Amino acid sequence: MKTNHKPNFRKMVEPDRVRKEVYTDEEIFRHEMERIHETVWIYCGHESQVKNAGDYVTVQIGRQPMIMVRGKDRKINVLYNRCPHRGNMICGDMKGNTGDQFRCSYHAWTFHHDGRLKNIPMMESGYKGTRLTKDSPELCMKRAARVEAYRGFVFASLAKDGPTLKEFLGEAIVAFDDMCDRAPEGEVEIVPNCFRVIQHSNWKLFMENQIDALHPSVTHQSTGRAAHEVEKQLAKKAKSGEAPLSYHMLSAFATVTIDKWDNFQTINYPYGHCILTGYMGLRPQDPDTLAYDKVMIKAYGRKRFEEIVGVNIHHVLVYPGLSVQSPLQQLRAVRPLGVDRTLTEIWHFRLKGAPEAIYRRSLAYYNLVNSPATLINADDLENFWKCHTGLSSDGGDWVSFARHHGRDIENKGVVSSAPNMGTSEAPMRNQMKAWAKYMSGAAQEGSR
Amino acid sequence: MSDLQLQHDIEQFLYRQAELLDTKQWQAWTELFTADGIYWMPPDASYKTWDGQPAIFAEDRNLMAVRMGRVLHPDAWSQRPLWGTNHVVSNVVIRKAAKNGDVEVTSRFHMMELRRDDVRHFAGQYTHHLVKAKKGYAIRLQRVDMTNAQAAYDYVLQVWV
Ligand code: FES
Ligand SMILES: [Fe+2]
Repeated sequence: MKTNHKPNFRKMVEPDRVRKEVYTDEEIFRHEMERIHETVWIYCGHESQVKNAGDYVTVQIGRQPMIMVRGKDRKINVLYNRCPHRGNMICGDMKGNTGDQFRCSYHAWTFHHDGRLKNIPMMESGYKGTRLTKDSPELCMKRAARVEAYRGFVFASLAKDGPTLKEFLGEAIVAFDDMCDRAPEGEVEIVPNCFRVIQHSNWKLFMENQIDALHPSVTHQSTGRAAHEVEKQLAKKAKSGEAPLSYHMLSAFATVTIDKWDNFQTINYPYGHCILTGYMGLRPQDPDTLAYDKVMIKAYGRKRFEEIVGVNIHHVLVYPGLSVQSPLQQLRAVRPLGVDRTLTEIWHFRLKGAPEAIYRRSLAYYNLVNSPATLINADDLENFWKCHTGLSSDGGDWVSFARHHGRDIENKGVVSSAPNMGTSEAPMRNQMKAWAKYMSGAAQEGSR
Repeated sequence: MSDLQLQHDIEQFLYRQAELLDTKQWQAWTELFTADGIYWMPPDASYKTWDGQPAIFAEDRNLMAVRMGRVLHPDAWSQRPLWGTNHVVSNVVIRKAAKNGDVEVTSRFHMMELRRDDVRHFAGQYTHHLVKAKKGYAIRLQRVDMTNAQAAYDYVLQVWV
């Protein structure tokens, strides 16, 4: 639905601050869905979720219910989950196998996996002399305008024109390279479980928080401290003198104090993407790691192996809807449900060919940090709700992103936080810059 | 011991477990578990083991200590608002009673939670593997299969169900 009256989006975003309505206004949200989420490349799922012909999952792109399905020709299709007859949704489940066709539950029209009409009951007699014939395009399930995959990760764009997936991802493509390269076989496979958590806030608060280096030691102090206490006790008791790594993953949230975060760095790219460099020291020398190193060296040779494990990434953010922790093989996809409600879908991947212990290590992070009983995100979600509620008030008009403003290093459109200024609010400024570009229609003139 | 007596003892134990949660006696609750005891909430009822799989909770006594430390920490922001739960436990069926006194028992629970002004409901099945302890029983495994395990979580679970 196109809205006629258009707010002046450029005026809402200044280099170091943003109007609060950007987060709370329903009309702006509708524009966002149209101009951003239903235009750019959005992550649909991983190829290993639909291994066999007829396997499908449903997925939300912007406000559009979609189906990702594997065809008999092995090709992956992304279709609108809507029957061309009278609009019934075709798939009511979140996943399944549809056999060799989709069959609408209302009047039994059937469709091929690529959306083409297969059959209408009594078509001959029912439609003779009408505007519809067997090859009328409006009898097919509508397809996403563009579908592309990179190393098994499937994206769709609902706009006919615009950058290719690779052009869109740019340097953020490292999210998928880093994850897959860490597998001795160069591929990952999805762990078939999705944790789904809803936050009561605008989607942008999630995207900003993911690479907010200023918040962990404050927001997550309680868990970090509690984990550190247990970690110390376990280390004392352990023969190796070290507690299991999962405790370090949690305690780091408090032991890496707010001042230390300035040592890290964010690198910010066109389209709003961002990389946060690593901090957790995930290259320990325990027997499990050494066994993994051996398999990797065998697969890649030592030189390439060193390159792969030397990639220094904590988080890659693919704006507007994906947060990837490649060294831990986890991915969170953001699905806006409304201006003040956002769903995240949280997945874990297995490194093909890696020892079981390596899978278990990142699984611990998945369970402790990313499950619905999360010891970490509980406090983030509380902040998101409080932010959204505060921003909905008349207590102020602006959100400030002024930290280290003017001190970032810019080079050919790439903005890095300066040395010892890792807590720069550059990522937020960069996201809002991309946002304003999208919203004013300058970033990608796509038509549907 | 008669079946009725055993049934009674087990029921009283399960009620006590729920009561300790509802009255926020976290330390006493964790002490219900054996030293190697596990609290497990699988994301799906088809899961056979907690080990090496995605889990909503899969906590030994050490991880329970972390969770307890978090909720008791003064800066656990999300724990600050009004918060409380009420469990009802019923349909207690003893599945196995071994000679040594160990018992496998299933029951149904319903938990109502209040957080700020929001009410949520969680319900499902408990499976308890209990071992005979000096005083009564201890939990070797508490498996919690929630009917809403796969549903999207509107906010998260902060404490054990
Ligand atoms: S609505 Fe689908 S066949 Fe009629
Ligand atoms: Fe956080």
